[in-house]
Amino acid sequence: MNLLVNKSENNFEQCIKCTICTVYCPVSKVNPEYPGPKQSGPDGERLRLKNPDFYDESLKYCINCKRCEVACPSNVKIGDIIQMARIKYSQKKPTLRDTILAHTDFMGTLATPFAPVVNAITSAKPVKKILDPLLQIDKRRNLPKYSFGTFRNWYKKIAEQQKTFAEQVSYFHGCYVNYNNPQLGKDLIKIMNSLNIGVQLLEKERCCGIALISNGFIDKAAKNAKLDEQEIRKSVLEKKLPVLTTSSSCTFTIRDEHPHLLGIDNREVRDEIELATRYIYRLLSTNQSNIPEFNNGKLKIAYHTPCHMEKLGWSYYSIELLKLIPKVEVTVLDSNCCGIAGTFGFKKENHETSKKIGESLFKQIEEGGFDLVSSDCETCKWQIEMFTSKKCEHPLSILAKVLA
Amino acid sequence: MTFDTVIIGGGLSGLISGIRLLQNKKKCAIISSGQSALHFFSGSFDLLNFLPNGEKVAYPQKEINKLIKNFPEHPYTKLGENEFNKLTEQAEQLLKQVGLHVQGSSEKNHFRITPLGELKPTWLTMPQFAITHNDSLLPWKKVCLINIKGFLDFHPEFVSEAFKAKGVKTEIQFFDLPELDRIRKNPSEFRSTNLSIILDKESSREKMIEDFSVFSKNSDALILPDCWGHKNSSLLSDVMKEIGKPIFLLPTFPPSLIGVYTQQFLKDCFTKLGGTYMLGDSVTEANIKNNRVTEVFTKNHGNIPFKADNVILSSGSFFSQGIIADMNKVYEPVFSLDTDFLEKRSDWYNRNLFENQKYQQFGVKTDNNFRGLKNGKPIDNLFVTGAILNGFNPIKEGCGAGVSILTALYVANQILIKEQTYESAGQ
Repeated sequence: MNLLVNKSENNFEQCIKCTICTVYCPVSKVNPEYPGPKQSGPDGERLRLKNPDFYDESLKYCINCKRCEVACPSNVKIGDIIQMARIKYSQKKPTLRDTILAHTDFMGTLATPFAPVVNAITSAKPVKKILDPLLQIDKRRNLPKYSFGTFRNWYKKIAEQQKTFAEQVSYFHGCYVNYNNPQLGKDLIKIMNSLNIGVQLLEKERCCGIALISNGFIDKAAKNAKLDEQEIRKSVLEKKLPVLTTSSSCTFTIRDEHPHLLGIDNREVRDEIELATRYIYRLLSTNQSNIPEFNNGKLKIAYHTPCHMEKLGWSYYSIELLKLIPKVEVTVLDSNCCGIAGTFGFKKENHETSKKIGESLFKQIEEGGFDLVSSDCETCKWQIEMFTSKKCEHPLSILAKVLA
Repeated sequence: MTFDTVIIGGGLSGLISGIRLLQNKKKCAIISSGQSALHFFSGSFDLLNFLPNGEKVAYPQKEINKLIKNFPEHPYTKLGENEFNKLTEQAEQLLKQVGLHVQGSSEKNHFRITPLGELKPTWLTMPQFAITHNDSLLPWKKVCLINIKGFLDFHPEFVSEAFKAKGVKTEIQFFDLPELDRIRKNPSEFRSTNLSIILDKESSREKMIEDFSVFSKNSDALILPDCWGHKNSSLLSDVMKEIGKPIFLLPTFPPSLIGVYTQQFLKDCFTKLGGTYMLGDSVTEANIKNNRVTEVFTKNHGNIPFKADNVILSSGSFFSQGIIADMNKVYEPVFSLDTDFLEKRSDWYNRNLFENQKYQQFGVKTDNNFRGLKNGKPIDNLFVTGAILNGFNPIKEGCGAGVSILTALYVANQILIKEQTYESAGQ
């Protein structure tokens, strides 16, 4: 029995104007230019259907965190309505800056071979000062570091060895692991191997498209999504291997944004795309003897729930995995947006808003006396590390580090 | 995912039973499909203001037997007089224990002041909200009613008229801050929850003290719409000290700031006690074996089910889609429990909005222990609490919050007693 009462594809008519979504919108709390999800979503949709001229450019302030949808008592897909309206009606052309920020895989391919040089350049103050007026990327922002060599390249060395495991899974690593943090991919492989499972990569992989979508490159995103979908189908339907992921935003995009924004029918494979934390949780909870041994000292960890994780509802699995580590005390932080919202926080015009959105989160982190923050989202990590004094690690990286 | 109890619905009722169970070291999860009807909270919890026949109730504890004698379907009748009285006291204690310092008691109703200035009986009122203990007398000679310039969810003119009729002089003043102009750009979003973000800033304190001292010169008290003091808890008390006059709040039209605050407060209690609160998820399927709910599946968690010894269904009424009405029937969508509704649709409602609306009493049928009935038979470990229940009219009787809280506590107590019995039997 399906209880999700969706009267139409675009279910704005289910909105009863209760305004609860706006109460929980992280943007309208700090940016009065943004009228909030109710007005931008279901309210505005009524008008836009009548005449597209009613489209309001203030919709660009929506960071697509989906917290409005999580809060809505009437199951209105508020965030989806806003995203779709932006795609359909926005006249604004992406700038060079948007193009650079959106094409995470292209930039990664360019940067990784020269990572030490690129990292030195992008973290140099004079360069940031140039980027600021030239590209409208805020000079106060720490730019993501690139790794020297990609994860896929590293993987080639261990591909044969991974095949020796009787049980196998596929891994969609995403741009972040490939170009910025291969260590997370290596950590996943270490954990899976300790559970006697080998890890394969998809034959090809493109960016999930989240940054392309939010910057207005819909055709490119759809092209990527199509290719990813083919690869995922090969894995799930032909090889019978589930596809694991480590980024909550990529996962959310592939599972839930590809179908409605980019027209990808993923019904046959959607359930087989999941965060590795969820896969591992299920494995360990059905067979207690699987629980690995750990070797660690005392550790006080704060878990931050990224917005798309909140939407997926899966932070439970990451938190429970962290709790498995002995001598670890896990505190779940209040679920609030950190403010970076992918590429949003990098843009000069959003810097202050981005910081303000995250303020209560940063305060809670600083005041809690934690050793470490943990989160499943790479951009949350950047934001937390930039605005607090704490390091932020993926739950699987923490797990891998303390495996005996 | 294995828990002692899984609660479907994270509003007032679900949170209260969850908190009670967690206080007794039970592992609980709440699955909530969105934010709750608490966001429309008036600042007061009603217990019982009128009998179903319209007769006024002044002393709920003393008068509950009148209801029990004559209205067999009512949730309070299922509780019985002793249990009703015990549970109201337990509820008052629990709220105090978690830090909600409400005014009032179940012995005698007091009166809250509505956004239109009318007096309505009630059980417990949140601190700082204006109340009176006499339904024809207000405790002031003259009050200053303050609105925020351009705020349409509070109408001091109505309050003023109603107060004058009760012999209280009034004066209406408007408060403003330059910073509020930024929200005025979107007039439809000039709402209490947005206003409070600016009004609660430290920077507004000085202007408040300055304006309020002038406004209150000839008045005994100031009355404000509920737009202050939730993010900055010392602000109002500090301003009161400075101006030397008491400040009271009145509820505004929704969304209700005190409702947002109360929901978050109770939710925080729940999670701090170790509860797992899953927001934005909805139950898609449940397995029932040997007359017990064994597994609950949700939209977000797909093939990983929730397993629990007990399940509490507190998914609310029509608003929260705990029950759904189509053209011919009223049904409960999760377990397809038996529901109570009138056969003919034209009997569901009355064309006069202010008359008794029968659909208000529709809901899920239970046995006397609030176990949900399916095909006439109670499911062993499935309890039903709160607004989803049948047999009462929360608006006409003024008993919505009472039913939510008391049935939640009753069911939590039953679960705790049952488990104690199992444990002692095992030993």
